[in-house]
Amino acid sequence: MEIKSTTKDTHHQMVRDPQKQAMLLAALYIAQEQFGWLSDEALQRVADRLDLPIGKVKATASFYTMFKLEPQGKYRIQVCEGLSCYLAGGAEPIIDYVKKKLNLQPGETSADGKFTLEVVECLAACGSAPVLKINDELYEHLTFEDIDRLIEKLEEEA
Amino acid sequence: MFEPVLTRNIHRPDSEKIITYLANGGYEAVRLALTKSPQEIIDMVKRSGLRGRGGAGFPAGVKWSFMPKDPNVPKIVAVNTDEGEPGTFKDRELVERDPHQIIEGVIIASYAVGANRAYVYIRGEFFLGVKRWIKAIADAYEHGFLGKNILNSGFDLDMSVHRGAGAYICGEETAMLESLEGKPGNPRLKPPYPAQKGLFGLPTLVHNIETLACIPHIVLRGAEWFAGIGTEESKGPKIYSVSGHVKKPGNYELPLGTTIREIIYEHAGGVRDGHQLKAVIPGGASTPVITPEYLDTPMGFETLPRVGSQLGTGAMIVMDDTTCMVEVARRLTKFFAHESCGRCVPCRLGSHRLYEILDRIEHGKGRVQDLQLIDELTDGIDGKTFCPMGGALVNPARSTLFHFREEYEFHIKNKRCMV
Repeated sequence: MEIKSTTKDTHHQMVRDPQKQAMLLAALYIAQEQFGWLSDEALQRVADRLDLPIGKVKATASFYTMFKLEPQGKYRIQVCEGLSCYLAGGAEPIIDYVKKKLNLQPGETSADGKFTLEVVECLAACGSAPVLKINDELYEHLTFEDIDRLIEKLEEEA
Repeated sequence: MFEPVLTRNIHRPDSEKIITYLANGGYEAVRLALTKSPQEIIDMVKRSGLRGRGGAGFPAGVKWSFMPKDPNVPKIVAVNTDEGEPGTFKDRELVERDPHQIIEGVIIASYAVGANRAYVYIRGEFFLGVKRWIKAIADAYEHGFLGKNILNSGFDLDMSVHRGAGAYICGEETAMLESLEGKPGNPRLKPPYPAQKGLFGLPTLVHNIETLACIPHIVLRGAEWFAGIGTEESKGPKIYSVSGHVKKPGNYELPLGTTIREIIYEHAGGVRDGHQLKAVIPGGASTPVITPEYLDTPMGFETLPRVGSQLGTGAMIVMDDTTCMVEVARRLTKFFAHESCGRCVPCRLGSHRLYEILDRIEHGKGRVQDLQLIDELTDGIDGKTFCPMGGALVNPARSTLFHFREEYEFHIKNKRCMV
């Protein structure tokens, strides 16, 4: 396989391109952290700040699962349904347990805005399966008692 | 007993800190590398036999030599840490516990190919890793390992961290480049390859972090040392992630070419008591399942294809006799259907149709003609997409059907699992 070296004009693109769009993922994270989720208004603000068409901002925001286009609970509980978690006794049994406990279906947020339940695939912690994440925190080697304890603690917090 | 190379630091207290890294010989490889010519380093990496650890196994030194030599052309190194292959959890450990080892590898690679800008793309879910990398890069700048005129060599390198946002496909190199540009992670059609036209249209060297972690050791201990580890075509140390029905799941660093049997039984404690081994996925979710008669196969790029599988990421998922193989295929295919970026029709539609077929078989609604449908559908997806995802997503269904056809037939006939 022979690869020819790049032509002169391509590398000038970097000089021409102010790379505003390259900041988009970071900007969306900042907006999401500030507003809790990415409303149309938040997306428009990002678009204005980076001087990008709103269509480009929406195309990127809607592609990635970690950008939330709907209001989210204060605590996002993400339960892994990957193969390794399933083999370790996790996935559905844990999902069902959390569903019952919070009276939520996957994708739903509780009426008080406290909890969102999400089912996710592989959190790269298969060696310590089953696992779940609450916001950015990972919990490993889960048992039902752990879940009770975690949720009780969050319920007590304001 | 194999002395760990890539994971030698991760169990030290404060292993992520520059102070710990420096106290254990850290950044000595950069000092040494900067006294050599870039071509000498490229030749060294070529001689070492290092192949990419992200799944494809492309020879690293050859990839480096594809980068244009013209010093007037700006070049980029992009580091792929979008680890998302189910069963794989080695990169997360390296990212969180030893960022400086990778930074050192990136500096040397950048020097060798003449890149002055490095981007580190870390999976969005690895929040701790992102935080530690921001700190690690700042510390590396402070110690003069990054920035202008690194260690008075005249070589400049800037590095920054970019957080992904939850898309498996961004582990594919061109999708990752799109994501770094702030776009949806749709893979690009190749050629042009990233070495010709990568990030922002500039020549870009893309590597998985485990590949880059090998570089400082090759520089310090020599290409011949590295090439002395492993098999004919698979050289060096490798981190194997072992999960599933083993007594001691975890990451094990061993030479490439270690047999599947040794990894499962001598390191991961063997399968659970009272159960028999049934199947192994040797290299992450996208590699074909194999059966116990192939346990003595060495884990290598050239050895696993001989038994119908691939090394992939070296992430082993072990399954015992309680496992329903139709359910395994169903669950993995569901993942791929969810993660298809949607650009190519065979993958976008095919993955969902394949999942529906597996789902109905698993739930007792399978039809006799479904097995032929799986064959036709997988043939219609494999190799007919821009990126390797098409070929990957058919593997769970195809390989379980190949090895465990009777389980599928039992499911369709009796409307329940065989196990």
